[in-house]
Amino acid sequence: MKPIHTQTASELLEGQESRRTTATEIVRSSLERIERLDGSVKAFVSVRPKEALSEARSIDERRARGERLGKLAGIPIALKDNICTRGWETTCCSKMLKNFRPPYDATVVEKLRAADAILVGKTNMDEFAFGSSTENSAFFTTRNPWDLERVPGGSSGGSAAAVAAGFVPLAFGSETGGSVRQPAGFCGVVGLKPTYGLVSRYGLIAFGSSLDQISPFARDVRDAALLLGVAAGHDPRDSTSINAPTGDYLAELDRPTAKMRLGIAHEYFGEGIEPDVRKRVLEAIEVFRNLGFEIAEISLPHSKYAVAVYYVAAVAEASSNLARFDGVHYGHRTSRKTDMVDMYSVSREEGFGDEAKRRIMLGTYVLSRGYYDAYYLKALKVRRRMKEDFDRAWETVDAVLCPTSPTTAFRVGERADDPLSMYLSDIFTIPANMTGIPGISIPCGFDGRGLPVGLEIMTPSGEESRLFRIARAYERATEFHLRWPEL
Amino acid sequence: MGSLLAGQECPAHRATSDAEPVMIDEKEVRQVAELARLALSPEETRRFASQLSHILDYIRQLNEVDTSSVEPMSHPLDLKNVFRQDEVKPSLEAREALANAPEKRDGFFLVPPVLDGTGPE
Repeated sequence: MKPIHTQTASELLEGQESRRTTATEIVRSSLERIERLDGSVKAFVSVRPKEALSEARSIDERRARGERLGKLAGIPIALKDNICTRGWETTCCSKMLKNFRPPYDATVVEKLRAADAILVGKTNMDEFAFGSSTENSAFFTTRNPWDLERVPGGSSGGSAAAVAAGFVPLAFGSETGGSVRQPAGFCGVVGLKPTYGLVSRYGLIAFGSSLDQISPFARDVRDAALLLGVAAGHDPRDSTSINAPTGDYLAELDRPTAKMRLGIAHEYFGEGIEPDVRKRVLEAIEVFRNLGFEIAEISLPHSKYAVAVYYVAAVAEASSNLARFDGVHYGHRTSRKTDMVDMYSVSREEGFGDEAKRRIMLGTYVLSRGYYDAYYLKALKVRRRMKEDFDRAWETVDAVLCPTSPTTAFRVGERADDPLSMYLSDIFTIPANMTGIPGISIPCGFDGRGLPVGLEIMTPSGEESRLFRIARAYERATEFHLRWPEL
Repeated sequence: MGSLLAGQECPAHRATSDAEPVMIDEKEVRQVAELARLALSPEETRRFASQLSHILDYIRQLNEVDTSSVEPMSHPLDLKNVFRQDEVKPSLEAREALANAPEKRDGFFLVPPVLDGTGPE
């Protein structure tokens, strides 16, 4: 039998059903591996061994009694630390929320509990999800399991590293501009950004409300489909939640993909891409061609403005959302004796880190009178242009293929002093957030240094089933998702 | 605080032409910081002036795009206002809502004086 830490959630579910293993054994293996190796990976900011083990024992008892169990029974899962867990610190890896214990569970947390998943820990992230490397965490930087000198990507780098290191088979991160797909690509795992509104944002601490989506990590496409199936669905507590039935992603996973057309846009293969990344993605396109997919050249001319649009629209929303941190209702309050307005300003100055302040400043600037039209409205108009590009593409192709990021994982510290170069690592992932469509990153090989390369696939809104089927067809034909980092 | 920032005048605003690089000076950074309620240090003020200028310069490439007949897209979904029935439902108890408050007293959030000398102390 494969060691527990190398098994997918689907394999672990099957193992429990056929009584070859137990939830207790699975959770113990997960906790032992975290204990042994997370000192060097640093994926977790908090772990709950006692609660996780007692929940696992109760799953085993219920199974022994013949009770009907949930879809993720006994499966360990990690959550990015911006997803609210009742009574359990949810910090956004910020000094601002250092001791914050939410009074309620996020909707996805309720759903995970109802599915009998075991929440083992909360993972590291860039503060308030502002970043692409976890270097903006107020606590520490997570390391890439494939090379501990390199970043795991971000902002959901802790969740990506936790799955890549075999600590847990499944994790949730969140996306605003690629914060799950980019680290999934850097860490050689699967990361999926669902259609905007498919997964409830209730209990996800807000960054950019028109962009944010809670998003799954897994080691293969089947597991990603399994986890999305549990998380998706309408939630009256999130007014932007889509009120429509969701698909049965697992049932449709292996349906044929014959006659599908995949679009390649030259705008995603230009300057700034590492040669090895380009090579691996072109090889992946050949794999698709050999599988019988038709490949078509398309153009998405406004995609090159993705980063510029994002750093207006997303920071504008962020500066509004972060206005709630005022030192009154929760979060950090300065100990300095001052009046009311000073208390706000000093508490925020002390509580927020560098990148958070930079984005609040930029967002405030582009929303201020005199600049609102020139920056904010202009960016939203280009955003519309980006969407029109994709709408036009869907008239001729079923999906778009591109690299997840222009480069593989960079070194810790390499881009820390240059905000713009850090922002540019998200250029291929931002369009899906801006337009609301789903996108997935799957492993498609390695560069010359042995670092994973991610392949991104995007489909029209609501077409997660198609996305999974295409990704699964590639995965069946390749073995990159079966490789493990040496830790 | 709510969303108090949109539409407030940034007093130092001035028109820049496309040809010259965007320059934000320290005075303007201080004015934006005041709107954003951030008590930036002098070092941060200097650094943000240069970094924000650099980022805005990059953003200005958006001016290449012809958007003359384009509606701004503020959201990916074509949503109308979503209303619910006006019914009383269970919500957080005061004790839970106050649990994370930095300072509280008698079931209220406690804040410093808003006007000199007339606060709760």
